[in-house]
Amino acid sequence: MENLSAFAYLAAAICFIMALRGLSSPETARRGNMLGIIGMVIAVLTTLAMPNVLSYELILAGIVIGGGIGTVIARKIEMTALPQLVAAFHSLVGAAAVFVAGAAFYAPEAYNIGESGNIAVASLLEMGLGTAIGAITFSGSLVAFGKLQGIFRSAPVTFAGQHKLNALLGLLMAVLLVWFCMDQNPSTFWMIVILATVLGFLLIIPIGGADMPVVVSMLNSYSGWAACGIGFTLANTALIVTGALVGASGAILSYIMCKGMNRSIINVILGGFGGEDSSAGGAGGQVEDRPVKSGSAADAAFIMKNASSVIIVPGYGMAVAQAQHALREMADLLKEEGVKVRYAIHPVAGRMPGHMNVLLAEASVPYDEVLELEEINRDFAQTEVVFVIGANDVTNPAAKTDKASPIYGMPILDVEKAQQVLFVKRGMAAGYAGVQNELFFRDNTMMLFGDAKHMCEGIVKAME
Amino acid sequence: MEKQELIEKAENLANQAKELAEAVAAQSTEIVPAVAQAAEASGGTPFIYLFTAFVLACFVGYYVVWSVTPALHSPLMGVTNAISSVIIVGALIAAGPADMNLSKIFGFIAVVLASVNIFGGFVVTNRMLSMFKKKPKA
Repeated sequence: MENLSAFAYLAAAICFIMALRGLSSPETARRGNMLGIIGMVIAVLTTLAMPNVLSYELILAGIVIGGGIGTVIARKIEMTALPQLVAAFHSLVGAAAVFVAGAAFYAPEAYNIGESGNIAVASLLEMGLGTAIGAITFSGSLVAFGKLQGIFRSAPVTFAGQHKLNALLGLLMAVLLVWFCMDQNPSTFWMIVILATVLGFLLIIPIGGADMPVVVSMLNSYSGWAACGIGFTLANTALIVTGALVGASGAILSYIMCKGMNRSIINVILGGFGGEDSSAGGAGGQVEDRPVKSGSAADAAFIMKNASSVIIVPGYGMAVAQAQHALREMADLLKEEGVKVRYAIHPVAGRMPGHMNVLLAEASVPYDEVLELEEINRDFAQTEVVFVIGANDVTNPAAKTDKASPIYGMPILDVEKAQQVLFVKRGMAAGYAGVQNELFFRDNTMMLFGDAKHMCEGIVKAME
Repeated sequence: MEKQELIEKAENLANQAKELAEAVAAQSTEIVPAVAQAAEASGGTPFIYLFTAFVLACFVGYYVVWSVTPALHSPLMGVTNAISSVIIVGALIAAGPADMNLSKIFGFIAVVLASVNIFGGFVVTNRMLSMFKKKPKA
C-alpha cells in the first residue's frame, strides 16, 4: 500500500513536470494544463485512499466551497486584473502552508513524525521553515495584491532604518526557529507565524508599482519553497518535487524580469525605486518646455495607412485604458490596407511576466504576430511607422547613451530607428523611472495626446 | 594560613569541574540515542532520499522553465500557482481523522484555501491558453 501510494505521488509529480513542459509552445500548452489537472487528481485521490483518512464529509465540503469560489473568480476576472489575481492566489498558498504546518504541529501522530511535545527535531525545523516562508508569502502577497488592485498607493513606502529593522526581524526569526526546534512550544510556533507575517508585510511595502512583476514572480517562488518545506515534514515526494519546480520557476521569472530592467534582485528587494523623489528631480525638469509635434487621430490614420509596415509597442498604459480590443480593430483595418502589422513586447511590459501577450491574445491578436524584444529589435530600422501605446521607459534611448540616467543599461526597443514614431500618451509626464524621454522631442516623432482607447477608436473611425 | 586556604579552594574548584564534566558526559550519552531515535521517528523515508529528490527536482525545474516561451509566462504563473496547491495533500491528512480537534479544523481551512487555488489556477490558465490563437491562413 505504501509503495503504491509512493508510485502514485511520483506519477503526479511527473504530470506536473509535463504540464510545465507543455508551455514551451502555445500548441502544446493546453494539453499541458490538462496533465496538470490529472496530476492533481492523482495526488488528491491517493491521499484520500490512505488508511488514516476516515471521514470525508468535511473534506468534500471544503473542496466544494473552495473549488466553487476559485472557479467563479477565475471565470469572472478581467484579464487586465490578472496580476492581482495571481498575487491573491499566492497568498492563499502561503496561508494554506501555515495551516498545514499548524495541523502537523498539533497532531504529529497523523503525519507519523512523533507525538505532541516529542516531535523529531528535523521535522520541527522543516515545519518551522515552511511556516515562516508560508506566512511571509501570505502577507507579502496581500500587500502586492493591495498595491496592484489600487487599495493602497502603489508608490514605495520607505522610512529611516527600514532595512536595519528588516534585518533585525530576520535575525529574530532565525533565533525563534532554533528555539522552536528546542522547546516545541505552541506559543513559539505562533510567534513565528506573527513575526513572519509582519516581515512579509515590511518586505513588500517599499517596492513600487512597476517593480511588481519581480515581486509577483518572487512570491511565486516563495510559495513553492513553502510547499517544499511542508513536503519534507510529510516525507511526500509529490510535494517536494512540485515545490521545487514552482520555486525554480518563480526564481527564473524574477531573474528574467530583473534583467529586463537591468537591475539586480537585491536592488529591487531593497525597494524605493520610482518613488516621488525620483520623478520630481532628474534631468527631465529642464527640457519640459521644449516644443513637441502633436497630431490628431486623423493624422495618425493617414500616416499608418500609407506605410508599408507598422510595429505596435504596447505597454501598461494600454492595459489600464483597456485599449487592446480597439487596438486590434485598428490593426485589422491596417492589414486590410495591405500594411504589415506586428507587435513588439518588452520583457517587463505590464504588471506580470507575459501580461501583454495575454491581453493581446484576449483581443484575438494571433500570437505569431506578437514578437519578443530579441526577435524584433533589428527590424525597427526597416520599419516605417512605430505606434507606441502606453509604453515609455522601454523605448527611451537614454538607456543606451546617458550614463547618469537611472535606466542606463536597460535593454530597450529600438523605436528611435524607425522612420516615424507615433506616441499615444495622456500627457507629457515622465515614465515610471521618472526620466524624460528624449524621443518625444525628435522631428520624426508625433505625439497623440489622449486616452489610449479613445485614440485607437478615433483612428479606426478616421480610416473608415 | 592563606596558602592553605588557596590550596583548598583550588581543590574544591577542581572537584566541581570534574563533577560538571561527568554530568555533561552522562547527559550527552543520554542525548545521542534520543536524537538518533527522533531521526528514525521522522517517518520511514530517510532525509537524504527526500533531499536527493529535492535537488534533482530543482534542476529539472530549471531546465523546464527556461524552455517555456516568454509569451506564455503568465499562464506559467497560473499553472505553478495551481500545482503548488498540491499542499492540499497535507491538508487532507489533517482533515481526515474521525474525531474533531484543532488539527482537523486547521486541515479543513487549508483544504478550502488550497481548493480555491487549484480550481482558480487551472481555470484561469485554461482561459488564458484558449485565447492564444494562430494567424488564420488566408
